[in-house]
Amino acid sequence: MRAVLGAIGLMAALAAPVLAFETEEDTRFAAAGGVAQAELAVLSTTDTEVLAPVIAAFQARNPGIAVRYTVANSQQVYAAIAKDGAAYDMVISSAMDLQMKLANDGLALPLRSVETAALPEWARWQDLLFAFAQEPVVMIVARAALGGEPAPRTRRELTQLLRDNPERFMGRIGTYDPEASGAGYLFVTQDARLSDTFWRLAEVMGGLAPMLYDSSAPMIADLKSGQLVLAYNVLGSYAAPRIAGSDALVMVELEDHTLTLLRTALVPGTARAPELGALFLDFLLGTEGRALIASAAGLPPIDAAALAAKPHLRPIRLDAGLLVYLDALKRRAFLEEWQAALIQP
Amino acid sequence: MKGGGALSLRARLVLQLLVLAAVLAVLLFVAVRTVAGDAAEETLDGVLGAATLAIADELRGGEEGVSVDLPHEAFSILGSISEDRIFYRVAVEGATITGYADLPMPGAAQGPAGPSAPLFYTAPYRNTEVRVAMVRRVVLAGRLATPVTVLVAQTRSGQAAIAARVANRAAGIGLGVFALAAALSILTAGSVLRPINRLAEAVGRRGPNDLRSVDHPTPAELRPLVESLNGLIARLRAALMRTETFIAEAAHHIRTPLATVRARAETALRKAESEDARETLRAVIRAVEESARSASQLLDHATVVYRSDRPARETVDLARLIEGLVQSFGPVAGLKDVGIGFEGTGAALAVMGDRLLIEAALRNLLDNAVKYSPADTDIVLRLSQADGSACVEVADRGRGLSGGAQAALTRRFARGANVGDVVGSGLGLTIVDEVAAAHGGRFELTEREGGGTCARFWVPLA
Repeated sequence: MRAVLGAIGLMAALAAPVLAFETEEDTRFAAAGGVAQAELAVLSTTDTEVLAPVIAAFQARNPGIAVRYTVANSQQVYAAIAKDGAAYDMVISSAMDLQMKLANDGLALPLRSVETAALPEWARWQDLLFAFAQEPVVMIVARAALGGEPAPRTRRELTQLLRDNPERFMGRIGTYDPEASGAGYLFVTQDARLSDTFWRLAEVMGGLAPMLYDSSAPMIADLKSGQLVLAYNVLGSYAAPRIAGSDALVMVELEDHTLTLLRTALVPGTARAPELGALFLDFLLGTEGRALIASAAGLPPIDAAALAAKPHLRPIRLDAGLLVYLDALKRRAFLEEWQAALIQP
Repeated sequence: MKGGGALSLRARLVLQLLVLAAVLAVLLFVAVRTVAGDAAEETLDGVLGAATLAIADELRGGEEGVSVDLPHEAFSILGSISEDRIFYRVAVEGATITGYADLPMPGAAQGPAGPSAPLFYTAPYRNTEVRVAMVRRVVLAGRLATPVTVLVAQTRSGQAAIAARVANRAAGIGLGVFALAAALSILTAGSVLRPINRLAEAVGRRGPNDLRSVDHPTPAELRPLVESLNGLIARLRAALMRTETFIAEAAHHIRTPLATVRARAETALRKAESEDARETLRAVIRAVEESARSASQLLDHATVVYRSDRPARETVDLARLIEGLVQSFGPVAGLKDVGIGFEGTGAALAVMGDRLLIEAALRNLLDNAVKYSPADTDIVLRLSQADGSACVEVADRGRGLSGGAQAALTRRFARGANVGDVVGSGLGLTIVDEVAAAHGGRFELTEREGGGTCARFWVPLA
């Protein structure tokens, strides 16, 4: 594994073919047996270091398989498959709606195995799209901004807190810009669908001149620096290790509903070695893969019991309803409404 | 016996019922599948149509043209009823404003779609087949009435899954119906054939001399068979009767001239002078005597055959009957120096039966005993009762059975191996056996202890 991580930088430069879509990182994991008999190409939105331990374990199990791991943002991942027909054996993305559209438009290969059959109904769509991690979308608030009060537990309480103490929050609220971020768009559309209080919260936030971010990293950074006191709709699994040890920040799973993102994988029809993609998927969903996803990758694996224990966690429904918000007219109309609420002169 | 190759009625019936059941089960399977398949398609069409209408309801006009706000529920409901792929298209006069621009419009043959009643059609799309619902609406856009078409399409893997499930269940139902029908057909075959079996048993149970007509209750279909059978029996009985009558007539006609011959021979014997001639005449008389006895046994037998068909039912006192017989045989036995002893119960012993027949049977028994008894021996008659029957025992000191079976001796015209010079027709024991059978009694011949034969004749008590 050390060798693998050491190779990342070098390989990134060497292995990158000419691609029409934009990638952020391209890494080649050499086969465990030394000589590669086959290569598994993975296109993913998940950072390389998150899945590297899982890939290493997969290679230890299957010596002779080299892995090419390409990271791109969710729009680029979708475009690579849907528009460029890029040849990858597996596509991993946190953008459930775009993954759903790939599967719905017939760009995924059907897969059946013991592991896929064991997935709960809500964690897969047909035998085309499979979830391997369930990640709550949380709120992070600075203790200083609470004024000694306990952290709000619902959107109603949050709205009340913001309304009662505008001086603490003015200009110091951060959230995704849904126009620029696919994940942010997915979160607000699902919020709007699930709760009526969301729009009220959006209005109140809008009155407090919120900061909009394209991705989580700068938002967390600003939060840690104290520039922000509230971050709304952040992936808990991403934020948790980054704010760990900081006593000043509280991570809250709102109890009226906390969206739970499903990180999904599919094997595209353009795959050169679909059997390797299927093999890797089975590994991700199998006992060893699940354990590694939890311990090494720091992502909560699919677990119906964990969901049942926390009834406020609502996995985003993996069904055709996701396609609605991808509709161009719908998106325009929704964003107009959102901007009207949040961006106030 | 021919007919072994022909299929039994039962097998034929069961086989035909099974074929019928199989055909019905297959028909049921096809019917359930078709109906359920249609129902599934109708249901899925209904949901697809509702989704299309829900989208059509969100069509908006305005100065900038037509727009639509896709309702989440429309797709969400489609997604919850089956995990099928979904495509949609909203077009204004052929120009797609949102959705999948290559989603096919209906062919000309499919008729018009209304504003509230969706048109459904199946079309190939993206290497698969999709079911499409189409709704047409007119929207006021830029003050112009603009026709808008909304298409929502769905793959039908859900329907295929339902069809497969229904097919499995229908196959299960079909098999169940077949199994039930098979069990019922076996029962039916049994119950239909039961009257035939009963009739066969009833006819089979009859004794060898039972020539009564069959009056067993039978279903209408078997009545011609039973009538023919009865006709056959009647003809057989008539033929037998004619034979017996003929024999009786013949015996009767022989007996009279024999009596004349005997009288003449006795007269001649008395007048004969030479010893040779006397010897010859005595032989003639003995032969004539035996012929007369045979003729009367033939007569007896004919009487038994005739009457045993419907024996008279009257009360007969066995003790008095036997006393009469002992008296009438006294002189004959006396000539041979044979004594006849009768040990009765000291009282009357009444049985129910035909006096003539019982008398003929006992006379033949006694006649046999006298005939085979050597000189200076006694014949013992014993009358007793046990287990509801009266038993007449006739014991002599004759030659015994010498191992011959009783069954062989009671056959008509059969005689023992040790009869030697004693003349006889072989009809005597047959008569006794038949009379016993006609009365529901029994006849038994055994060796007597100390030599001789012991005959026992049972008749049920009155």
